[in-house]
Formats: sequence, structure tokens, C-alpha cells
Amino acid sequence: MGLLTFKGGIHPDDGKSLAKDQAIVEIMPKGDLVYPLSQHIGAPAKPTVAVGDYVLKGQKIAEAGGFVSAPIYASVSGTVKALEPHFNPTGSKVPCIVIENDGAYTEVEYPESKPFNLMTKDEVMSRIADAGVVGMGGAGFPTRVKLSPKEPDKIEYIIANCAECEPYITADYRRMLENTKELVSGMRVVLSLFDNAKGIFGVEDNKKDCISVLEEAIKDEPRMSVKTLQTKYPQGAERQLIFATTGRAINSTMLPADAGCVVDNVETLVTIHNAVIKGRPSMERVVTVSGDAVANPGNFKVLFGMNQAEVVEAAGGFKTQPQKVISGGPMMGFSMFTLDTPITKTSSSILGFTEDVVAKLKPSACINCGRCVEVCPSRIIPSRLADFAERHDEDSFTKQNGLECVECGSCSYVCPAKRQLKQSIGSMRKIALANRKK
Amino acid sequence: MSENYNISSSPHVRDKVTSSNIMLMVTIALLPATFFGIYNFGMPALINIVLTTATAVLAEFVYEKLMHKDITIGDFSAVVTGLLLALNLPPTLPYWMGPLGAVFAIIVVKQLFGGLGQNFMNPALAARCFLLISFTGKMTYFVYDGVTGATPLASLKAGEAVNTMDMLLGTTAGTIGETSVIAIMVGAIFLLLMGVIDLRIPGTYIVTFVVFITIFGGHGIDAQYITAHLCGGGLMLGAWFMATDYVTSPITKKGQIVYGICLGCLTGLFRLFGGSAEGVSYAIIFSNLLVPLIERVTLPKPFGKGGEK
Repeated sequence: MGLLTFKGGIHPDDGKSLAKDQAIVEIMPKGDLVYPLSQHIGAPAKPTVAVGDYVLKGQKIAEAGGFVSAPIYASVSGTVKALEPHFNPTGSKVPCIVIENDGAYTEVEYPESKPFNLMTKDEVMSRIADAGVVGMGGAGFPTRVKLSPKEPDKIEYIIANCAECEPYITADYRRMLENTKELVSGMRVVLSLFDNAKGIFGVEDNKKDCISVLEEAIKDEPRMSVKTLQTKYPQGAERQLIFATTGRAINSTMLPADAGCVVDNVETLVTIHNAVIKGRPSMERVVTVSGDAVANPGNFKVLFGMNQAEVVEAAGGFKTQPQKVISGGPMMGFSMFTLDTPITKTSSSILGFTEDVVAKLKPSACINCGRCVEVCPSRIIPSRLADFAERHDEDSFTKQNGLECVECGSCSYVCPAKRQLKQSIGSMRKIALANRKK
Repeated sequence: MSENYNISSSPHVRDKVTSSNIMLMVTIALLPATFFGIYNFGMPALINIVLTTATAVLAEFVYEKLMHKDITIGDFSAVVTGLLLALNLPPTLPYWMGPLGAVFAIIVVKQLFGGLGQNFMNPALAARCFLLISFTGKMTYFVYDGVTGATPLASLKAGEAVNTMDMLLGTTAGTIGETSVIAIMVGAIFLLLMGVIDLRIPGTYIVTFVVFITIFGGHGIDAQYITAHLCGGGLMLGAWFMATDYVTSPITKKGQIVYGICLGCLTGLFRLFGGSAEGVSYAIIFSNLLVPLIERVTLPKPFGKGGEK
């Protein structure tokens, strides 16, 4: 039997060798810290501080704005300087809390932590919710919501997304190697919420060292197992990962819980460990800085709110002038026009490329070659759907299952005519999804 | 710090394959058959190939220039069309007919319908059929080694014996590029290895055709008869190079199977029960017309659909 995987997908150059062997380095911010109120899917958080307030590291500065929302904590001690709009990594100006760092990093006194084995499920859940944990792989879905399915007894698998299928990013890889215990502990915490669940670590087979350290770390954990996945993009896409590890297939109208699954990525599980076992809120994450324009690619433990330009400086700055700078991976990340934007809960990496390969490409007519159909993990017809999208034919778009797209970008990647398939489909999907909700 | 980094929608990396290198690979794959045609039929074949291919490219250039469109001759698709048409012409054709067909292929079949990717029929084959209807005599006149003679398939239809070894090698009468199965297969294997085509369409086409003539050919399982049918009448050229044309074949995987079956049955039907000995060209352009219908009924089931919810 071959390795576990899904049908379709692509094999882009992974570029991981640039930062793979660089151990995580903790770096400290110099300038002001900027916290967007919306670092997650759902309602923005509501500020609980005013300009001029002195705050401590680990103090709540904004509370959840609803059930699907998450609080935000100060990652430094200092003075609230402003509540004003700033650019976030996706290029929108959004309301933010700005804190002037006093450099003392005075931390709040965390309440005495109760031993984990004495905590009730409700206590575990409220700790996760209070800590402001959200899905840190990129989507930013509040973890509390994910861990509150209608029927918790029907959850059979907790899947740790250890695929890290995006090229260049090595943050999860380093976490798996350096924080194996915390990762396994995070899994133990999540498993404590679901009595009938088994924990699966789904790791791509290009990370053999992670597989062996994880197997060693869970040898006394009867409820956990490590599964080796084929190295292929988008192996870490939620639906594809669920299929590869459990053989269950869900579509756009279903949640992982409908297939008895909950999926959390590596960084999220480590943050859950910090929240529940150590009682510390979500304040930091590991960020990969890489790409051919970066002087010393590496992996850094960064406090939320830190300016991305400072993070790049920590990696030696740019050795060549980059044409393109990306927040996240090259397949699904956002290109940024400026680095004057903060690290947020979902910033997995900063990539700088000397050459923007996409800018030179001129889209030409579709030749109907079917490569997009071949690679599409959702098994739809991207070229056709992009045509519908460009003609704004929402009816045909929906009928031919355009909503099933996961926007992984594999179609645009392989298209020999260099069409912006994902972009067209993505724009139409937003409109069609909004209409579906009506 | 510079504030002018490029912005674009993801993905920010792309595969190196482009439409023009795909077309270039198809052109390269056609070269063995082209060179064999020139070797086999001599100067007239060479002149026909050069004139027809050059006219196809020129027609595309002139049309796009006049219509103020982007010039797309760099994508090699006109080269492929011209060359494919030339390979489907008898070597003895008057030198103006091939170019006329090339103009028809590029202007009428391809450009008037919107250019690359928009034509609903294979331009080279549509032009061949246009020439076949307009100049039936010249288009079905074959000379080999100075002797006017029937193509092997016509002989087969007339009940005569044929030499299948000659048909494999290609030392028979026929159109410029269709005679040598070996030369065609060299190109086809190249395309398969480069991932330009896969076995779905040509495989189903050939298998279906074999089944069809075994049942209806009246010879039963007669290896000699089946081989002669497979090697003759441009079936190999059609199956590997023209049925696999991306633009005019279904994009869905199941659709490609259905399309292959249609091709096999139609070719068999035309050959066994039709007026002429061959039938590949008509089978392909007829099946081209069925493609939208085939795609409609073979829409793939998306991932996760039909699940519990």
C-alpha cells in the first residue's frame, strides 16, 4: 500500500532547505506593537483598554466580540498609545490597538494552575477560550468553537495537521522537533474533551525526523498514533487531510465534525498546551522568514503585534531587493505591498523573493488541456468555472460545483496558459457563498 | 525600506510548462513521421509540408494583424495545425491545395470561432475534409514508387491481401505522414513520456475499434486483418495526434473514455459500412461535435459530494 493521500495535487519546489535546519530563535520587538482586533474568523474583538492605560504582558486588551470570536492579549508591558487603523498583512486597514513597549516585559501574575488531571472539561474549554486560541495555520477559526461540536461523543478523531505542505515554511517542522512534548501535551488536552476520540498526527513523508521523534514521544499514549502522508500539496488542506488519515470525505456544506473529526495544526496544539497546562494566553508563535531575498533564513519565536520589518531584520534583512514579499506560503499566502504590518495569530511566515515570477507571465487562451482538472483536489473543472466566473454566470458556477473549491491554487499553478484560475473562482465564490447564506 | 512590493493573487509560484512548450513538444513528436514521409515520398512531400505549414503560420499572422489582435504565432499551435494537415495530404497533391487547406483551417475553423481554444473541430482535420470534399480526385489519388495504386486499406476493402510489415514500416501508398506506424509511435511515446497526452483517449479508441471490427468485420479474430486495419488509413496518426487534441476533446476524464469509444465505433462504422475505405478524419470531426454533450453528461462528482449530509 502506498502512502496516505488524496487524488489530485501538485509537487511544487518546496524550498524548505533554506530554513529547515535553523533552530527556533526567540526575538524581541523594538518598536510599537500593533494588535489588529480581527485576527480570527468571526466578530472582531472589543477593546477593554483605553489610550494612556498601562498594561502588563499577558493582560487582556480586547475581549471576544461574540461566540465566534477570540480575546487578544498584550505581548509586552507598556502604554496603550492609540486605537487606530493600521494595515494588516492582507493589505486592509483595520482597527488596531497600539502599545508602546516599555522594554520591561513585566508579566501579569497568572493564577495558580490546577493540575490538568483534576480539571473538568468545562474548565479546559474555558481556558482555551479565555486564552484567545485560534487556528494558527492561516484560517484563524476560533479553537473554542471548533472544540464545541453539537455531539462531542461522535468525535472519533483529533487530527494534528503536521503536513506543512506549503513550500518554504518550516515553522511547524521546527516545532515538531523542538517542542515535541508540548505538541503531544496539546493533543492530550484536546483528547480529554472527547472521550471517544483517537489522536492522529498526520505528517508528510518528507519530514522523517519528525515522524520518528513523534513516534518516540507517543509510545506510551494508547490513544495517539502517527500517520505518514505522501508529500504533496495541498496535503494539509483540512478536507484532504481528513480523507488521507481517515478515508472520510466532506464537502463545502459539511464541517469536519460531520465526519467525526477535529483538525488542529501544530502551532495551535502547542498554544493549547500553553493555555491549559501553563495558564498562559496566546501571545506568540513561530514564524519562518525565508525566500531567496532573505540574508539568513530562519525560524523565529515572535510576539504578536511585532512589526514584520523587524522580524525580517532579525533574519539579517534582505540581501537583494525583493520584488515580492508574502505573508504565509507561496501557494495560499498574501503578497504584501509593505512590511509595515504586524505579526498576527495567523502569520506563519514572511517570504521575500528577488523575482516575482508571476508578474512576467501573460495569461493566454485556455487550450482545454485538462491539467487543472487533473490536479484539482475538489475534483471540479477549474477552467470551466473560471470562465463562468469571468462572465459572472453565478448559476452555472454553482451548478457545476464552484462552491466546492478550496482555493488551494493548484489549478493556477499548473495552468500552461498561465490563467489566474484560482483568482477568478475565488472572487465568484465569495459572491455565491454570500448568496447561499441568504 | 521600500514600500512597493508587487501585489497579486496567490499562488505566487507557477509550474514551468507553458502552452507553447506543449505545442513545441507536439511538433517535435510529429517530426519522425514528417521525416519518414519525406524519405518515403521525396521532394513533393517536402514541398507540400513546407508550404502548408508556412501558410498556416502566415495565415494566423495576417489575420491577427488585420484584426488588431495579439500575434500568437509564437505559441506553435499554427505550426502544429499546418504540419498535421500536411501529414494528412497525399504527396502528389498540387502545391496550392495544401496552403488553401491551411488557410481554411486557420481562418475559418480556428480564428472565426475565436482563435486558440475556441474552435469546436480539429482545424487540420476539418481542412482535410474540406479538401476531400472539394477536390476528391486529387485527395484520393495515391502513387507509390511511380505506380498509381490503392492505399493498403482500399486494397483490404477490395478483398486483396496486404503486407502488414510494409504498413508497420510505412513503405506503402498513403498520405505523407500516415504510413509509418513505427515513426508515429516514436512520437506518441515521446508525448506519453512527457505527460503531454495520456492513454485514455487513444487507448479507448484503439481498443473499441478492434472490438468493433472483430465483431462486425466478418473476419472474426484474424490478427492479419486487425493489424492491417490498425496500421492503415491514418488510424494511428489520428488516434495519437488528432483525437488527443486538447481543444476538441473532452476535459473530463470519464468524457475522454466516452469520446474514445465514440471514435472507435464511428471509425469502424465508416470503414466497414461507408463508401470510402478510410474513416478516421470523419470519425474525429464528428466526435468533436459531440464533445459538449459528452462533457455535460460526464461532469465529475466533486470531492465529498454524496456524503452523509
